[in-house]
Amino acid sequence: MYAFEYRQAHSVTEAAGMLGQTGGRALAGGQSLVAAMKLRLAQPGTLVDLGAIPDLKGIRRDGDNLVIGAMTRHAEVAVSPVVRDAIPALAGLAEGIGDRQVRNMGTLGGSIANNDPAADWPAGVLGLGAAVHTNRRTIPADAFFTAMYETALAPDELIVSVAFPLPRQAAYVKFPNPASRFALVGVFVARLADGSVRVAVTGASPSVFRSKPLEEALRGSFSAATARGVKIDPAGLSADLHGSPEYRAHLIAVLASRAVAALG
Amino acid sequence: MGASDAAVQSPLGQSILRKEDGRFLTGTGQFTDDVNAPRQTHAYFLRSPHAHANLRGIETARARAAPGVVAIYTAADLTNVNGLPCGWLITGTDGKPMNEPPHPVLAQGKVRYVGDPVALVVAETPHQAKDAAELIEVDYEPLPAVVNVRDALAPGAPALHEQAPGNRCYTWALGDRAAVDAAFAQAAHITRLDIVNNRLVPNAIEPRAALASYNRADDAYTLYVSNQNPHVERLLMTAFVLGLPEHKVRVIAPDVGGGFGSKIYLYPEETAMVWASKRAGRPIKWVADRSEAFLSDAHGRDHVTHAELALDAGGKFLALKVETTANMGAYLSTFASCIPTILYATLLAGQYTTPAIWCEVTAVFTNTAPVDAYRGAGRPEATYVVERIVHQAAVETGVAQDDLRRRNFIRTFPYQTPVALNYDIGDYDATLDGAMRMADVAGFAARQAQSRTRGKLRGIGYASYIEACGLAPSNVAGALGARAGLFEAGQVRVHPTGSVTVFTGSHSHGQGHETTFAQIVAARLGMPIENVDVVHGDTGRIPFGMGTYGSRSLSVGGTAIVKALDKIVAKGRKIAAHLLEAAEADIEFRDGKFSVAGTDRSKTFGEIALTAYVPHNYPLDKLEPGLDETAFYDPTNFTYPAGTHICEVEVDPDTGVVDVLAFTACDDFGTIVNPMIVEGQVHGGLAQGIGQALMEHCVYDRQTGQLLTGSLMDYALPRAHHLPAFKVGTQVTPCTHNPLGAKGCGEAGAIGAPAALMNAVMDALAPAGVRHLDMPASPHRVWQALRGAAA
Repeated sequence: MYAFEYRQAHSVTEAAGMLGQTGGRALAGGQSLVAAMKLRLAQPGTLVDLGAIPDLKGIRRDGDNLVIGAMTRHAEVAVSPVVRDAIPALAGLAEGIGDRQVRNMGTLGGSIANNDPAADWPAGVLGLGAAVHTNRRTIPADAFFTAMYETALAPDELIVSVAFPLPRQAAYVKFPNPASRFALVGVFVARLADGSVRVAVTGASPSVFRSKPLEEALRGSFSAATARGVKIDPAGLSADLHGSPEYRAHLIAVLASRAVAALG
Repeated sequence: MGASDAAVQSPLGQSILRKEDGRFLTGTGQFTDDVNAPRQTHAYFLRSPHAHANLRGIETARARAAPGVVAIYTAADLTNVNGLPCGWLITGTDGKPMNEPPHPVLAQGKVRYVGDPVALVVAETPHQAKDAAELIEVDYEPLPAVVNVRDALAPGAPALHEQAPGNRCYTWALGDRAAVDAAFAQAAHITRLDIVNNRLVPNAIEPRAALASYNRADDAYTLYVSNQNPHVERLLMTAFVLGLPEHKVRVIAPDVGGGFGSKIYLYPEETAMVWASKRAGRPIKWVADRSEAFLSDAHGRDHVTHAELALDAGGKFLALKVETTANMGAYLSTFASCIPTILYATLLAGQYTTPAIWCEVTAVFTNTAPVDAYRGAGRPEATYVVERIVHQAAVETGVAQDDLRRRNFIRTFPYQTPVALNYDIGDYDATLDGAMRMADVAGFAARQAQSRTRGKLRGIGYASYIEACGLAPSNVAGALGARAGLFEAGQVRVHPTGSVTVFTGSHSHGQGHETTFAQIVAARLGMPIENVDVVHGDTGRIPFGMGTYGSRSLSVGGTAIVKALDKIVAKGRKIAAHLLEAAEADIEFRDGKFSVAGTDRSKTFGEIALTAYVPHNYPLDKLEPGLDETAFYDPTNFTYPAGTHICEVEVDPDTGVVDVLAFTACDDFGTIVNPMIVEGQVHGGLAQGIGQALMEHCVYDRQTGQLLTGSLMDYALPRAHHLPAFKVGTQVTPCTHNPLGAKGCGEAGAIGAPAALMNAVMDALAPAGVRHLDMPASPHRVWQALRGAAA
């Protein structure tokens, strides 16, 4: 790890100011950033710690939305009765992230701001068509995840919370990478209140994406067999030691069908 | 040891809780990183980012000026320092010694793998050392690299070493080729198989670490190092590399967090540090991080093999022909050369009477980390060849797996194999029967049908393995090219008040020697095991040692202790005869008492010990005082642990996931001292064997030579949920040539499991038309195989 300056912010405004001033990076749970720093792969001059900002924490129901603060830890989401009641699929998603230590530190905001191609939260955010509230604006999920490790956030823009519209049904199924346990492929399937179907896929390509062929097929007939029968085009999907594009394409349909089956 | 010598409640055969676990569980273990020296500095090794490059220059001036830097050393500084030696000379089929290119401590003229150490930076803190290393300017001229054996042997392949034309280390053979060819000509059936034994990264939980210091006052060095055999480390380092007097270097391997073979060897890092500790005039410490371990620890396996098995019409094996190419990596590690030869080809008879066997091995240099022994070391590779081809032969001839094995089992002992070994004893039917019973093979068909209703493919696989352990009769090893002896030393020091300290040349890095060896001593001397402490891992305290590997500690190291105990008891008998005024021949020793046979006159062991040290009434004219004996034991043969493992898997054809539902191991380790420790050793071995078969795979990029599986993000290790609750059992045929009857148990799990698991996978996939799949049976590979078979 290279030497860096540590700053602690006590409000969102203060944090944004510090980031603007220093050109540093925001520190949420640190589960990706600190590891990268230890490997000397990241070298921020300043870290602005968001851990002491009360406004960024918490889980609440707001009408037809479940609102989760950006600095809420995965472990808190996993056990939250509010989440389990409103969108149990998100509690399950959070419970499946990393290991206990990671879940106790890692946060929703940190995860989606990082937009790791194999992270779980982007699938939940995109799959539910959530709204990302920042200190400046509201960004719809469809516009938030722009490319591998890239989002629509400006350098000094901070996520405050994410509002997830309550769906009729939702399920997330992950096929873990045998080594890292990140998603080799993860599929989030949701039927929203208006009856529309959204299918978000993580792990399979440089950034989370919606599978239009699956959404269209499931709109016609919402069944596991329908999902299983969808041919996913492997073009553009990731290739690595643990899976070819063809394998990932195959898994997308398999996992989508398992997600639908889980909804009963 | 005779059972009659044991106390009434002998600790032998008891699952006594491990004495060492108290300190491990309460955080009071003392690992190398826990040791600190006054005025200590920290080392960082600058490593090659290239798989293959000419080193045109190294500029260290800027780095030397960096904050906290004490010294920077490169190959140019290491004058009068030799290369690292290889401990085993293999003579090729051409009658010539193997090609042994130099293995410089720091890269000289060339780098040959990603991770090859180029410079040693010594600084006040680890971070300063690392920061300074970034300022070293190395002028590399990148060269094309080869990482696999086929590419390395191809005509025109980039050459690693001048001294190894064609990247060949040796081509070596064992067996009778003519007899094998004749048998194949008569065969009713021939099974052929091409298999790869996947390359592995050991991943001990404690990475390698060292602390080297030089003391001007007595012109002596001390090296703390996470290592499995400190005496051999010292011998090789002083005599072959640094030219230091052996008695001026003390090597201490304190608590060591796992080795699995990877800490047997003399590595460049600690060698450079010992040298530098005098030059810099400061103690130097280094603890590898996990990424560094992936790059620089000796890797395991990495064989490419073609095998053919000839059978007669009755299913008797007539002959086995095996051609293997083994990857040595960029340099010969300490025991690299003997692993794919002496510890591999000699095991190809397995448990079978195959009368003719021929094996040819070509060892090849590549631009990868050195490859050496890893848990099992050659024997898992041999078992994998034999048991995969036996499985395939059974499939092809339509004979049941157990039946084909039984038709070929060796049943008469001692048995001379056609590949040099002489099996002293075994009962292969007993372990196969035991395993089949425990695995409920009879109920398999019903379970398989049940799986089918859920759309899953269920399979069962066998591995009837044998290993040669208890390394080794030194004269035999010497004739085969060993450059060291393979005996073991043990010292039993009885203190005046009767308690005992045992000094053993074996080294415990998870094996539980402090308990097992104490049980042996306590049983023999008739005392509680609390009265016995076991010291290991320190050349300053222990007479000598060849260390721990090859499942040798109990059968060789334990026997050395037994031999020392014999001397203690013999001397005690003389003292007792004097005190009891009886003839020495009439003195019996039992349950901690020396008595005159047929009388009630006796002296306790404690009284004898006290007399030895307070010799007021003592035969001083005939006997030295004191009670402290040392023995060196050189075994007369290898030991031959054997057994059958049965694995049951379920494959999800939708995802390719292999679920290990059940794993049964029925092993014959000879006489068992501590069943709990043995069970733990089996569990650990099985986890590693299952890891190899299911998920572990070290991969270098074929073009660039970069290590693609350089961390646990990409290198898959098994986790608890991958493993079923193991069913383990034992059958016992005591080893005939050591007094403990012990054969060794440390590697069996890793030896049997890969073949059993892969045979189960092949059984599951057979209905889908898959004939062979190389390890690891990862979801992606299984899915591809199923898709390929369906196409």
